[in-house]
Amino acid sequence: MYKILLRQDLVPNIHLFKVAAPAVAEKAQPGQFVVIRIDERGERIPLTIADWDRDEGSVTIVFMEVGTTTARLALLEAGDSIADFVGPLGVPTHIKKFGTVVCVAGGVGVAPISPIGRALKNAGNKIISILGARSKGLIFWEDRLRSFSDQLIVTTDDGTYGRKGVVTVPLKELLESGEKIDRVIAIGPSIMMKFCSKTTEPFGVKTIVSLNPIMVDGTGMCGCCRVSVGGVTKFACMDGPDFDGHQVDWELLFARQRIYLDEERRSLELWQCQCDAHS
Amino acid sequence: MAKLNLNRVPMPRQNPRVRGRNFNEVALGYSLQQAQEEASRCIQCPKRSCADGCPVEVEIPDFIKALRDGDMPEAVRILKSKNSLPGICGRVCPQEIQCESTCSLAKKGAPIAIGRLERFVADWERANKGSLDPPLVSEPSGKQVAVVGSGPAGLTAAADLAKLGHSVTIFEALHVAGGVLMYGIPEFRLPKEIVQAEVDYVASLGVKIELDSVVGKLVTIDELLNNGYRAVFLGTGAGLPMFLNVPGENLNGIYSANEFLTRVNLMKAYRFPEYDTPVKIGKRVAVVGGGNVAMDSARCALRLGAKEVYIVYRRSEAEMPARREEVENAREEGIQFKLLTNPKQFLGDEQNWVVGMECYEMELGEPDASGRRRPVVKPGSEFVINVDEVIVALGTTPNPLIAATTPGLESTKRGTVVADEATGKTKKDKVWAGGDIVTGAATVISAMGAGKAAAADIDRFLRG
Repeated sequence: MYKILLRQDLVPNIHLFKVAAPAVAEKAQPGQFVVIRIDERGERIPLTIADWDRDEGSVTIVFMEVGTTTARLALLEAGDSIADFVGPLGVPTHIKKFGTVVCVAGGVGVAPISPIGRALKNAGNKIISILGARSKGLIFWEDRLRSFSDQLIVTTDDGTYGRKGVVTVPLKELLESGEKIDRVIAIGPSIMMKFCSKTTEPFGVKTIVSLNPIMVDGTGMCGCCRVSVGGVTKFACMDGPDFDGHQVDWELLFARQRIYLDEERRSLELWQCQCDAHS
Repeated sequence: MAKLNLNRVPMPRQNPRVRGRNFNEVALGYSLQQAQEEASRCIQCPKRSCADGCPVEVEIPDFIKALRDGDMPEAVRILKSKNSLPGICGRVCPQEIQCESTCSLAKKGAPIAIGRLERFVADWERANKGSLDPPLVSEPSGKQVAVVGSGPAGLTAAADLAKLGHSVTIFEALHVAGGVLMYGIPEFRLPKEIVQAEVDYVASLGVKIELDSVVGKLVTIDELLNNGYRAVFLGTGAGLPMFLNVPGENLNGIYSANEFLTRVNLMKAYRFPEYDTPVKIGKRVAVVGGGNVAMDSARCALRLGAKEVYIVYRRSEAEMPARREEVENAREEGIQFKLLTNPKQFLGDEQNWVVGMECYEMELGEPDASGRRRPVVKPGSEFVINVDEVIVALGTTPNPLIAATTPGLESTKRGTVVADEATGKTKKDKVWAGGDIVTGAATVISAMGAGKAAAADIDRFLRG
């Protein structure tokens, strides 16, 4: 069992847990993920590592309530425990001095991108960050992003904070500005990562995305997370989750993310119904 | 001398029409009377050739004699002195090509049903827990051994090493111990309660089991060796699924057998939505492959509610690697066999869901490297099978993670680790390996035999 040391509600439906997992904290690298299972009945879901503290022996995860598992997770408090917390999984993000790197974070993607941006900054890169959200009330960790960014651009879809519009607009402006951009890291909803990749492709700027297909074991055993990259089938859990965004078959990713839509709906309805009955 | 009885006592089984809709065990097990009747068929021949056919060297005639005489504690003691997982072996070992094939009665009639008797003795012990003396464990050696993987090879090596007095820790990547016994083999063939009981027995010998521990990520082999472990045994199996690599294989509704079985068995998707993990339930399901894993997948799909389930296999029935018994069970339950058939490509709809499988008809040519006749495509024979779910059960290869993170460990082109056949010693100092990681996908019992041999060699090394 893995104890939750701290819980923070970052925005109404996005929560942070700091979990006691000393061995995972010891090995965690930017870009890696953990697979968690809440309890005996739970499913195994991957969550990208948002931070870690080796002295404290803790790993931080940030998740958005989207289905039964994340809704059940959101009911836990500090002091409660999670049955399983497996990691660190996946290949760490490639960190070296590239020059100027643009980090594009969409929604909950700001959490996983933070350790990557920090490591890239420490490696001597100039960091320009773009933080996008639907609305002002959904923005979190702006300070954290600012702490390692030489420049930070915030966008909201509804214009309630920062620039109105989506992240690809300032991304395109940067690419057109004449400043040499050596690399782009985009993490967020799949559709946002796709459009970031489409935006950078004409400029030939290498763009790394962190894919989030459905997984079961997270160790290469099942092949559920297969994605097509450059025409070759890869397992996101073992070969990724980072891939070259220009090579990803996005339509396949979207299609495979929809496999269990009906079941997810059914499960969530049943669970909400049980919750109502008990409240 | 009493007249030879050449017919074995039949195994009571669930009716095929009933069992095709539930996940309860198919074979129900002998009663004490049936077990003793079967045991008394054994002529206790001096050749003891059955024991020669057992990879873990069970003293078969002795436990059968104790069972026949009604001395159950003695039967248990004899069996478990060599085999720590008898409830598992009694159910899933291919006895027909091992101990039973060398039984003296096999020349004249039905060999003794050794597997069924083994199962009976193991089940008796589980039902009569606490009535037996704890197993003998040697004086502590004070030496630590790490076992990577808790499948049949790892559990056997760990149990033997613990009995020899060593301090053993198993590192398991998943959230339960048992490996393929838990995630792969379905409940109706090997109830998880039995696997758990045998895992608990291994733990009762003093073996520590660290779950959720992915060796190669959380800790490397060299780190284990530098942190107090005097030897490491690798029993990580063959966990990486093989695909056909034909067009359309990433369509929705196409599973590897590993994924399908893991969802159903390990994650209990057959009890969705009570359990959170879902699995798709197709109406027309094709399972590609002809081994035990293909039979298991097909029979799971049927139990989940599929209307039609096909086994699609590129050779003929004679070449199928599955146990005869499992092929017969599958056929009795209504699984349809499309033999000499091989997928060319998968066809999808606009939502990326699989709707069909274009296949070739095959014919058998000259024998290939495996000694079986090579299947060759009949030109122009393409036809389409309408399916809404496909399970690819072509076999598995070892996960490359350990090899990639362990300098000095030699592996083959097939991804298997090079190890001495008799001792399991790898090319790397202080590291042994056994089971599917060395042989590629094989049987539970051969993995156990390798675990046993490696444990003996590790013990020699630690005492040397």
